[in-house]
Amino acid sequence: MLRLDSLGQGYGDHPVLHDITLTVPDGQLLCVVGPSGCGKSTLLRTVAGLLPVREGTVSVDGAPVSGVPDRLAVVFQDYGRSLYPWLPVRENVALPLRRRGLGRAERREQAELMLERVGLRGAGRRYPWQLSGGMQQRVAIARALVCRPSLLLMDEPFGSLDAQTREDLEDLLLEVHESEGATIVFVTHDIDESVYVGDRVVVLSAGPGSRVVLDLPVGLPGKRDQIATRGLPEFVALRAEIGRAVRS
Amino acid sequence: MKRGRAAASRGALLRWTVLATAIAAWQLTTRTHPSVYFPPPTDIARHTHTLWFSGPPTHAFLTPAATENILPSLARMTTGFVIAAIAGIALGTALGRSRRAHALCNPVLQFARAVPPPALVPVFVVLLDFGTRMQVASIVFSAVWPVLINTADGVRNTDPLRVDVAAVLRLNRTERLRFLFLPSALPRIFAGLRLSLSLCLVLMVFSELLPGTANGIGFTLTDAQSRSDLLTVWAALVLLGALGYVLNTVLLAVEKRLLGRGDR
Ligand SMILES: Nc1ncnc2c1ncn2[C@@H]1O[C@H](COP(=O)(O)OP(=O)(O)OP(=O)(O)O)[C@@H](O)[C@H]1O
Ligand SMILES: [Mg+2]
Repeated sequence: MLRLDSLGQGYGDHPVLHDITLTVPDGQLLCVVGPSGCGKSTLLRTVAGLLPVREGTVSVDGAPVSGVPDRLAVVFQDYGRSLYPWLPVRENVALPLRRRGLGRAERREQAELMLERVGLRGAGRRYPWQLSGGMQQRVAIARALVCRPSLLLMDEPFGSLDAQTREDLEDLLLEVHESEGATIVFVTHDIDESVYVGDRVVVLSAGPGSRVVLDLPVGLPGKRDQIATRGLPEFVALRAEIGRAVRS
Repeated sequence: MKRGRAAASRGALLRWTVLATAIAAWQLTTRTHPSVYFPPPTDIARHTHTLWFSGPPTHAFLTPAATENILPSLARMTTGFVIAAIAGIALGTALGRSRRAHALCNPVLQFARAVPPPALVPVFVVLLDFGTRMQVASIVFSAVWPVLINTADGVRNTDPLRVDVAAVLRLNRTERLRFLFLPSALPRIFAGLRLSLSLCLVLMVFSELLPGTANGIGFTLTDAQSRSDLLTVWAALVLLGALGYVLNTVLLAVEKRLLGRGDR
């Protein structure tokens, strides 16, 4: 369980987040939306233990965050830069497995399996800079998923993908979420996407000093389906409500 | 790709043509205006060959003069370069990792780098007396700074996002060095190594010019000069130029191999 309790965050004397209180139960897929520059990435970096907490508390499974929590994975917004260009794709993906005490062959095998799942079969020997932007993004996702995290933070992970790949990866994310049951915090600026993948959507106001302006459970009937779900009246209503909150 | 290769070979052809033309011009001028101080290239080449490279095949065609002078020089230089490289990379990494240590040591480093390297030699003569130890020490203490400073800069300028990635991936200290800091600093490390290599050559010759030296290319140079054997002086100069060129080419090849074509 992830808990933020009156979290305040900022850089220097520039306030970014103000009094954020959120509880994310185990296994929930929480979407965070908000205008550009409102502090979504800052929120994730704080939860990841990369930025010291300024005010309030952040705790994972009851323990206050100081340093990177256990079994955490992050897909950074700047996915291209977050890969190590001097390592082949397969080694990049296998990197998180070092902490798991696996042998070399096993690490490689798991990395290849995960690459296959994100649709990058056979790309393991290539280098990140030999891949397209969308392929690099999928490598970053594979690297995050490979160690079966219990808390997964994703910062606009499908940002620069074409519609088709994006939908495929949204469904892959839902599938992984269902099978692994990880808690996921998913940042996006795409309102449709937040309703489609999220169990719950939180809207942050424009900064400085952003706060939560809307906290909405997404109760859509039936299994998610790219065509059918997006046509549901409930989907349309949720989208409109979130859209109004983002614009307010 | 093909076009690139064709352009590259055209470039190489052009470079060699310029070199050949320069040598031809030298040859022509020295033939038409003979001078004892400037022997023609053909004479220098012939002399170089008889002096060093006319030995038996069993000795890789090296003459005793070559094994007694070129090899010790090379040994001093390689020893000095290897020590300087290892020490420079190790200390540079340590400095690059610690903001505090870097802030404290930076003025000292800039000072050490600013001292003209040959000026250090007398210090080592006093400390260690003439001989190989003094020569290697002079080489090391001159060549270590460029590697050290460049490594520290390279490590320090590692993309902070990639440092965050390492933290999230929970890489330990050694893994961070191996997968993040060293690869990321590698282009800078090689820039330092290239500078160091040329300094090694300079210091090798310079330290061998001093009294108390019994062999080496620098010794050959002073010895020939004292006998007014200008042909040998020229041969040694050509040899040093060729040596510098070959060593630099080898280093570039290693760099190319290690760095690949990856952008970082
Ligand atoms: N390292 C930093 N130093 C100083 N200010 C920063 C830093 N990083 C971000 N900021 C500021 O903090 C605010 C929030 O930035 P953040 O990156 O969290 O926004 P975001 O919601 O992720 O935006 P986007 O949707 O464009 O990614 C911005 O005003 C930004 O200028
Ligand atoms: Mg962001």
